[in-house]
Amino acid sequence: MQLTQIDQDVEDFVVKNFLFGQQDGLTPDESLLERGVLDSTGVLELIAFLEEHYAIKVEDDDVTPDNLDSVARISDFVSRKLGYSG
Amino acid sequence: MCGIAGVLSLNDRVIDRAEPARMISLLRHRGPDAFGMYVRKQVALAHARLSIIDLDGGAQPMGATDHSAWLTFNGEIYNYVELREELASKGHWFRTESDTEVILAAYQEWNEDCVNHFNGQWAFALWDCGREKLFLSRDRMGVRPLYYARTADSFLFASEMKAILASREVSAEVDLQALDQTFTFWSPLAPRTAFRDIRQVPPASSMVVQKGEIRTWRYWRPSFEWEEAADAAAEKRLSDELFSLLYDATRIRLRSDVSVGAYLSGGIDSTVTTALAKSIVKDRLRSFSITFDDPEFDESRFQNEASAFLCTNHTSSCCTPVDIARVFPEVVWHTEQPILRTAAAPMFLLSKLVHDSGFKVVLTGEGSDEVLGGYDIFKEAKIRQFWGKQPDSRWRFLLLKRLYPYMHNLRRQPASYLKSFFRVTPTDLQNPFFSHLPRWDLTAKIKGLFSAAVKDALGGAPATAELQDALPRGFAGWDCFARAQYLELEQLLPGYILSSQGDRMAMAHSVECRYPFLDYRVVEFANRLSPKLKMKALDEKHLLKKALRGWIPQSIIGRHKQPYRAPDGKCFFSPDAPEYVQELLSPSALNQHGIFDPRSVSLLINKFITGRAIGTKDNMALIAVLSTQLLLQQSVHQSLEMTSYAAHTN
Repeated sequence: MQLTQIDQDVEDFVVKNFLFGQQDGLTPDESLLERGVLDSTGVLELIAFLEEHYAIKVEDDDVTPDNLDSVARISDFVSRKLGYSG
Repeated sequence: MCGIAGVLSLNDRVIDRAEPARMISLLRHRGPDAFGMYVRKQVALAHARLSIIDLDGGAQPMGATDHSAWLTFNGEIYNYVELREELASKGHWFRTESDTEVILAAYQEWNEDCVNHFNGQWAFALWDCGREKLFLSRDRMGVRPLYYARTADSFLFASEMKAILASREVSAEVDLQALDQTFTFWSPLAPRTAFRDIRQVPPASSMVVQKGEIRTWRYWRPSFEWEEAADAAAEKRLSDELFSLLYDATRIRLRSDVSVGAYLSGGIDSTVTTALAKSIVKDRLRSFSITFDDPEFDESRFQNEASAFLCTNHTSSCCTPVDIARVFPEVVWHTEQPILRTAAAPMFLLSKLVHDSGFKVVLTGEGSDEVLGGYDIFKEAKIRQFWGKQPDSRWRFLLLKRLYPYMHNLRRQPASYLKSFFRVTPTDLQNPFFSHLPRWDLTAKIKGLFSAAVKDALGGAPATAELQDALPRGFAGWDCFARAQYLELEQLLPGYILSSQGDRMAMAHSVECRYPFLDYRVVEFANRLSPKLKMKALDEKHLLKKALRGWIPQSIIGRHKQPYRAPDGKCFFSPDAPEYVQELLSPSALNQHGIFDPRSVSLLINKFITGRAIGTKDNMALIAVLSTQLLLQQSVHQSLEMTSYAAHTN
């Protein structure tokens, strides 16, 4: 799976699930919390998606804004979990 | 309770009797016992009566003893006995035992200031024949609804908007600003309504229509000024005073020539009103509640505890998701505005239970949370403010864990995310709406579903603009708790709680609710209490619990405040879901009304179908879309089909 594909998949998920399909200018580095895209339920939905879609295990300690607070950070986090470098 | 309607000609047009007759016929559910009309060339008053006080003598519209004025009145003036004596001592005489006649005499004595003498819940229109003046008024807290519209030829008014639309003089064009406000604050800001050409008389306001001019003014406004209780003795005195006021508020709300029952939800407030009523009435009190087959929402354990403790004759009815989906179109027919939760539907079923049990009047505990500081929104604001003063504190934000024990998703969050969701910036602390920003921001997400045309028409102006303009002078400098209470009392309580979940759901089955906690003497007393007595540390409704200790079960005093909720989106996606759901959410139906973007709605629906819609935002969004679509469909077809709803309901 290519990194760009992960970027695309994560962005698609975020836009379809949390923004009713309307991107509204969301950029990869934008904070999902500050923009109000993610609420408490959204975090749980996001984790369920990552675990199911990428067959990875998201540990409790992984659930931090550093890992999950933008499309780019989520993509990086998934890449690390999948063992991709770069 | 009753329904009122009427027309005033603004030119030489002579009113046809058929018009007020058509209007009032749509309010039969509010007053099934009798119809009456007063029609002259230029004015018509109509009334649908639910007989509660002076069953034989209280027919309306009622004329003054000298026929100088005529009145159509929806509501109760609870202190009518004392007012009648006072007015008799001033030379007025009475033909009936009704509170209606007391309003007429009070108007003759005090003119438009008469409303300052009333303790009750009312919406009325009074025609002053000599001055050719129509005087309308609505109670302080906004318990009773009152709508109006002005056309080139006429001024029209009614208890519900459907009656105004039935006049055929006013179109049912939706007000996009009102939608924008509803999807922020949960209801339009008075005087707006869901319909562009219909307005509401705001709570605590009166209006005069005379010589083509309309003048509206507020005759009462909540204010918050207090002194801290000096010591335990002072606190005890205040709790005794609160008890006395609540006792008297309940006593006068038991004035009725028909039996009065009580709602018993399992929370503190309705248990208090039931306990006080039980101590006053001699018969065994009947109490009523709704239960759920889903334990997440069901409070029957506490309802049964309260009933056993108070020895009431209790009746309950179980509400299922299938029931909610089945009655939802009727619910929206009565709310007359989009709603964001299904919680009105069980209230609709509860009033049916009361009606079928032969009762017309019930006491409820509504208003206590707003008046005495019971809501979690007050607690949340208090914690956020406390944390915001030292944002780097390692422990202050952990108090947030004390919030919302019934919201499992929130409690599963790691600390770092909890901090992020409730984060407080110095700018937030300065915002006059600080307490309500999280709620409004979450609700406003629904607007992401608007169609491009609606977004363009709204232009992105903040929904708070009209609210900001209406704030009392100096509001931004008020204590945070007082600001939060003001916003709840002014906006959510009349706009949503007392309307969509209150008057409309009860009146759908000809049931009148009475609210001891909303007696203006209780409200004014509570507004003079220090916030520390309402919420001591994080103990909500502290003074109420102290005042009623021993009167209600300790288990109910000690339980965590659980807001009344009902199953939401999942009700509409079961195998038993009614056909209207798919029809109204179809791209063609969405395009027909043009409010929502079909693709966005389909993504939302897909989350429900696949079981991935688990959050408040998605549930609110779905109910918002569905109720808006129902409202628009019903307003387009306000007609035989909907009249048959009303007929079927009764």
